[in-house]
Amino acid sequence: MVMSIEKFSFTYAGASAPSLKNINMEIAKNKITSLIGPSGCGKSTLLRSMNRIHDLYPGNKYDGKIKLLNEDSGKMENILDIKKENDFINLRQKVGMIFQKPTPFPMSIFDNIAYGLKIAGIKNKTEIADRVEQALKDGALYKEVHDRLNKSAMGLSGGQQQRLCIARAVAVKPEILLFDEPTSALDPISTAAIEELIVELKKDVSIAIVTHNMQQASRISVYTAFMYLGDLVEFDKTENIFLNPKEKQTEDYITGRFG
Amino acid sequence: MEKIFQKISLSSASLVFVILIGIFITLFNASKPAIDEFGFNFITDARWNEEVPLDDAKKAPASVEINLDDMDFASNDEILLDDDMLLDESGDDDILFDEEDSQTKTVYGGLIPIVGTLLTTAIALAFALPIAMGIAVFLAEIAPKNISHPVGIAIELLAAIPSIIFGMWGLYYFAPIVADLVGGYQVSLLTAGLVLGIMILPFMAAITRDSMNTTPDVLKESAYAMGATKFEVIKDIIFPYSKVGIIGSIILALGRALGETMAVAFLIGSIFSLPQAINDPTISIPVAMANNFGEASGLGESSLFYLALILFVISFGVISFAKLYFLKGAK
Repeated sequence: MVMSIEKFSFTYAGASAPSLKNINMEIAKNKITSLIGPSGCGKSTLLRSMNRIHDLYPGNKYDGKIKLLNEDSGKMENILDIKKENDFINLRQKVGMIFQKPTPFPMSIFDNIAYGLKIAGIKNKTEIADRVEQALKDGALYKEVHDRLNKSAMGLSGGQQQRLCIARAVAVKPEILLFDEPTSALDPISTAAIEELIVELKKDVSIAIVTHNMQQASRISVYTAFMYLGDLVEFDKTENIFLNPKEKQTEDYITGRFG
Repeated sequence: MEKIFQKISLSSASLVFVILIGIFITLFNASKPAIDEFGFNFITDARWNEEVPLDDAKKAPASVEINLDDMDFASNDEILLDDDMLLDESGDDDILFDEEDSQTKTVYGGLIPIVGTLLTTAIALAFALPIAMGIAVFLAEIAPKNISHPVGIAIELLAAIPSIIFGMWGLYYFAPIVADLVGGYQVSLLTAGLVLGIMILPFMAAITRDSMNTTPDVLKESAYAMGATKFEVIKDIIFPYSKVGIIGSIILALGRALGETMAVAFLIGSIFSLPQAINDPTISIPVAMANNFGEASGLGESSLFYLALILFVISFGVISFAKLYFLKGAK
């Protein structure tokens, strides 16, 4: 277990009611945990709490605890206590994030991946070059782009851009990677490539993925959380959720009766 | 109906070209006598409205080059006359006294107003650019909404102030302050450039802010999600992303600074003298035209048109260069 979420509630700035209510779940180490549920159920909100990206916008309110494993001390530390910018940077280097749409930075392919390393304070050029190459290999992109690393990343296809973003996140060696519907803007072939990549990545990182696609969740994840209207309805092994759900709502959603 | 609509929109679009070419042809025709007379030497000739002996007029460029080299030695406004005396072996005095006898002609050269225009614009840009970027970054990224909104409105209001008001404010309040701080004349290249900078500031700030606001949130978030600080996101993500808009704002500001007349007329000093220092008074092309059109006739008038043509070409050149430059960059 690398992250545990306890009695967690979240209220957006200016909203009267919380968007997430009393969530209890955990992210298992080197496993894939997926979050499913209909639109507006709060799964992305929950994911975005895990690296506190919500804090870029003022006025949001957290309650409860989200504890992250400190790999050095072996202790669980509550990330909701973080207040200093340095600690935020630290947190986000440990907990990376991939978004729904590919977000290549307006720079070359090489610089896109080197960026995270540079802001992490790595100055040695050969080390950066080595880690960029390794990250591109980890991101299953090296073969396609090795001869045009200095070209703008904007020229890549959507699927390649998304793999670039994954490689970029992997390059800084995070402990957890959060995927926010990473394939919803991609065609089936690119989707398959990304899924394969995510499965490959769990060797090194723990993964939480939000997805609209239930087949995707059942294909790749070991644990699944079903959320509905801000509540965590059920959290269990993926096979139990899909084959043997305990809650009526979960069963209705899985079998396509609503959602 | 469809056809009529197409024709109307086509003719509206082509009207722009017709006007542009029309202005160019008018300027060219009106400045033809001056072009024939002075050719391209006009651009490097610092003499404006000066009587010289007929056979001396052709030596103008040589005399100016020497004049530029000797700049350090010259201390008064009449460098050019000094130079003529140095150069002219027959002696300048004769000419001045015997104007009626010896054949003389009036020489017009555009160097001083051209230099004045380029320098005021450069000072204005150098002053306004960093401040405008600072304002834009503050409004787009740092300030909370309840501050950025009123400040944004204030900046747009600043853009709406007529230039003559800037000129008067600059002359009565700003120029003495500048003169106190830097020394030298109150009306000078520096005061004109600084006030011009203040005038173009709101344009640059507002357009830069708008283009920074077009940076997708998710792009910024993904940089933050890698552990970037606010400064790093602004420097590495927002600036590159909004580069095109920022260059656009600089071009617009440049266009305004090059052609600004009223405020500069108040502040630049309006004398035909090549500035030796940043706080010397001089003249710019629009000011030269505004001040002299009333009395000008013949070759003088034509020379003013020549100046106008040069301003037109400078503005056009700057804008096309910048457009081409960043269109190429965009691909």
